[in-house]
Amino acid sequence: MRRFLCCLTALLMIPSAPADDVLVAVAANFTAPMKEIAVSFERATGHRARLALGSTGKLYAQIRNGAPFEVLLAADADTPEMLERLGLAVPNTRRTYAIGRLALWSPDPERVDPSGRVLVAPDLERLALANPKLAPYGRAAEQTLKALGLWETLKPRLVIAESIAQSYQFVASGNVPTGFVALSQVMRGGRLLSGSAWHVPAYLHAPLTQDLVLLRPGADSAAAAALVKFMVSPEARRVIDDYGYRVPP
Amino acid sequence: MPDLFLATEDWQAIALTARLAAVTLLILFVIGVPLAWWLARTHSRLGSLVSALVAVPLVLPPTVLGFYLLVLLGPQGPVGRLTESLGIGLLPFTFPGLVVASTLFSLPFVVQPLQASFAAVSERMLEVAATLRAGPFDTFWHVVLPLSRPGLLSAAVLGFAHTLGEFGVVLMIGGNIPGRTQVLSIAIYNRVEAFEYAHAHLLAGSLLVFSFIALLALQFINRAVSTTPAMLRGGA
Repeated sequence: MRRFLCCLTALLMIPSAPADDVLVAVAANFTAPMKEIAVSFERATGHRARLALGSTGKLYAQIRNGAPFEVLLAADADTPEMLERLGLAVPNTRRTYAIGRLALWSPDPERVDPSGRVLVAPDLERLALANPKLAPYGRAAEQTLKALGLWETLKPRLVIAESIAQSYQFVASGNVPTGFVALSQVMRGGRLLSGSAWHVPAYLHAPLTQDLVLLRPGADSAAAAALVKFMVSPEARRVIDDYGYRVPP
Repeated sequence: MPDLFLATEDWQAIALTARLAAVTLLILFVIGVPLAWWLARTHSRLGSLVSALVAVPLVLPPTVLGFYLLVLLGPQGPVGRLTESLGIGLLPFTFPGLVVASTLFSLPFVVQPLQASFAAVSERMLEVAATLRAGPFDTFWHVVLPLSRPGLLSAAVLGFAHTLGEFGVVLMIGGNIPGRTQVLSIAIYNRVEAFEYAHAHLLAGSLLVFSFIALLALQFINRAVSTTPAMLRGGA
């Protein structure tokens, strides 16, 4: 019995983290650019950013229930604001680090024209978008179609995905020929990875602002403060721009 | 050019997953064997109630179960307050927290096959053992357990495999923290979110090979043990 308990204790032991690490909760859609930024962050400051990914809603639930995250990079502006109101974030540390861009995309290089006229083409059978009630990019797609006066006409042909990731999967897998996706899903290094796309002009929908905030557990951490600062550095902004986001002025 | 070697983070995830599955399985058996035995033999209404409770994780979506656990074990939850006042601290986002969550959601996968095979042991067999002056514990150890070996094996396989592959609950309760709560299934999700598909395939392949070897080993152990006739090993 004692040996069993010893084994159990040994198995439960957790290696502790070095002092100058910062634990960052990252909205899943920002994973790829953040991995790149984390590398330059370590090179520039010596601090290491450890990334914990999840959807913004899930991260919010975890932070409310005592998660040890020090910085949150949310996919919206509301969540950081709510956390500040609840006293779970350090006041006056919220700032916009990226602005999402909506794209109408198809893996077929011929399908989508640069001004989005494909939306009024009679052969547009189905059109994918994320659920406007659940996903900010879905809401932006709905606003765009409404602004263009096409919402009612296209409504019967819409395929509603649960998230923007699923909308992308519907289109990328060829199940739906065209769909609204996040530009960051199809763009790398300032260029389209494949297919054809219409970059939806920003004035057609409310801005897809992504805010960050310093959380309570990171209040006194030098590494956390350094990361918040680094996110708006020219180096980070270049990466964010490369991945198809607009950077805040 | 994707780098096709496993990074430190991946090895950490693999080690963590193996550790989690092993510890969870150990605890599942410590709890599950007596519980299943009681459920298989009891006629009380309480038995049905407990049976239903044990089966709840089969019905609830993993993220929902994870969310309830998060709230329950968190600083505002009743269990969280209890663990804090006991000096254990809070369980979410720690390895022990993962163990608690995995134990709960894998419990039906262990209890149900055990219960079925315990129920199949005839009363007559137990009576015979008793007339040969075997005590209840002696009977259980030397008669019931050897007779229930197929049930024990499937319980072990299901409990282990289910813990290995679980995603929703561990993502919710663990928080995807590298080296601490980031298990293999979550590491795969991270690679996919980062568009590192080659790496994701590699990890998914490792998970597949790892599970397959573990399951195969269990089969071999079973084969080796079953060459000794169960009844002859009984010491009653």
